[in-house]
Amino acid sequence: MTLLEINPLVKPDIGIIFWTTVTFVILLVILRAFAWKPILSSVKNREKSIEDALASAEKAREEMERLQSDNERILQEARQERDKILKEARETRDKMVNEAKDEASQQADKMIANAQEQIENQKLAAITDLKNQVAEMSIDIAEKVLKEELSDKKKQSQLVADELKEFKLN
Amino acid sequence: MVLVSSRPLPAASEADAEHDGKFDPTETIMHHIADAHSFHIAGDLSLPLPVILWTEKGLVSFSSSEFHHDNQGKHLSQPHKGMRFLKYHNEIYRAGEEGALEMNQEGHPSNQAPLDFSITKNVFTLFLAASLLLLIFIPVAQGYKNRQVPKGLASFMEPLVLFVRDEIAQPNIGPKYVRYMPYLLTLFFFIWIINLIGLVPFFPFSANLSGNISFTLTLAVLALLVVNFSGNKHYWKHILLPKPWWLAPILLPIEILSNVVIKFFALMIRLFANITAGHIVVLSLVSLVFIFRSLAMSAVSVPFTLFIMVLELLVAALQAFIFTLLTALFIGQAVDEAH
Repeated sequence: MTLLEINPLVKPDIGIIFWTTVTFVILLVILRAFAWKPILSSVKNREKSIEDALASAEKAREEMERLQSDNERILQEARQERDKILKEARETRDKMVNEAKDEASQQADKMIANAQEQIENQKLAAITDLKNQVAEMSIDIAEKVLKEELSDKKKQSQLVADELKEFKLN
Repeated sequence: MVLVSSRPLPAASEADAEHDGKFDPTETIMHHIADAHSFHIAGDLSLPLPVILWTEKGLVSFSSSEFHHDNQGKHLSQPHKGMRFLKYHNEIYRAGEEGALEMNQEGHPSNQAPLDFSITKNVFTLFLAASLLLLIFIPVAQGYKNRQVPKGLASFMEPLVLFVRDEIAQPNIGPKYVRYMPYLLTLFFFIWIINLIGLVPFFPFSANLSGNISFTLTLAVLALLVVNFSGNKHYWKHILLPKPWWLAPILLPIEILSNVVIKFFALMIRLFANITAGHIVVLSLVSLVFIFRSLAMSAVSVPFTLFIMVLELLVAALQAFIFTLLTALFIGQAVDEAH
């Protein structure tokens, strides 16, 4: 034996070493199965679900933004569409009114022209008629005058003589 | 070396410190931080613990009450398998033919000492700590079955578990940390609760288990096994094929010594020394009252003790943290891929 004796404080003891090993290993096995794994896996699941929730919230926000911009766009388009339709309607109306106006004025011109033509025709007819009537009346008058003139023989002979005087044989 | 004292053990003939009326603080303190075969509760009351011995005739077990609190090798146990036993300075010896202890020249018993697997005060504390951990963490884990959010005890324990994961395992081991989580968590909470049990000064706590070299030795050896069995190709190449090659004769022994002995020797000593020192300081401060034989001394001793106790609360957590952190760091070095 040496003079130096290991202090009992630092002298390894087989009993403690044995029991510590056994206890620690059993404790590790039990806690691993019934404590650490369930705790860590549920913590992990929770962290994952929080992450997922955050990600889906972000996605929903983006989706909403997209929808909002879509709405804005659709609204804008609708507004443009409305303006276009209104403009077209206005144009169509104007066009129709103008066309109607043109047509009406054309019609009126045509009617006026017709009327004038007819008036002219009737006037001509009236003039012709009048001419004819005047001619007839002149003939009638002339007839009556001749009848009157030639009613006695003397006058007839006179007239023939006058007439013969007129017709100088040339 | 500090660990080895040249002070000879007091011989059996020397009177026990408490018997000659003079207070011996060293004796008292050593008695308090040492292991024992029965658990002293108060006054004459103590809990006898089972003595389990592995002798040449097989396993023998009996109650420590058979020694009648004798620690001087005077009281023989009942015969078991034809053998009687004696307890001398917390060691159990087989009684000789005359039923007494035989001393050699150096004043040490020359009797046969069977392997002692007794459930001592420290082993009792070991079981107590393990039971407490099971009682705490199994219900906590059960609680997660019904809800995702921790409630009650779990809301206190979860941050600690996450602390081990996020501050110890993940940063030191890297992506492979998941495999080592059960070991690191068990290690951390085991050391911490044993440190805390050691701080409570009454039955069934008070045992100085984490200030016991055998306990820290076992944890260090387990850490050594875990680290070296996790070692990958890169780790072993780093140890066995140091660069430059011509330095190998120097580096090889250094690397092997460092990775197999020194790291774990330091783990063992750090925990042991910190906890034992704390206990010694507290006991010394309390002993002041008895050294000065004056109640007035308690005005000094009590506040100081309180201060050290609070400090020890911190040390209890800190040492558990450091032990686990360094183990994680060593594992990290062993599983690290070449960069």
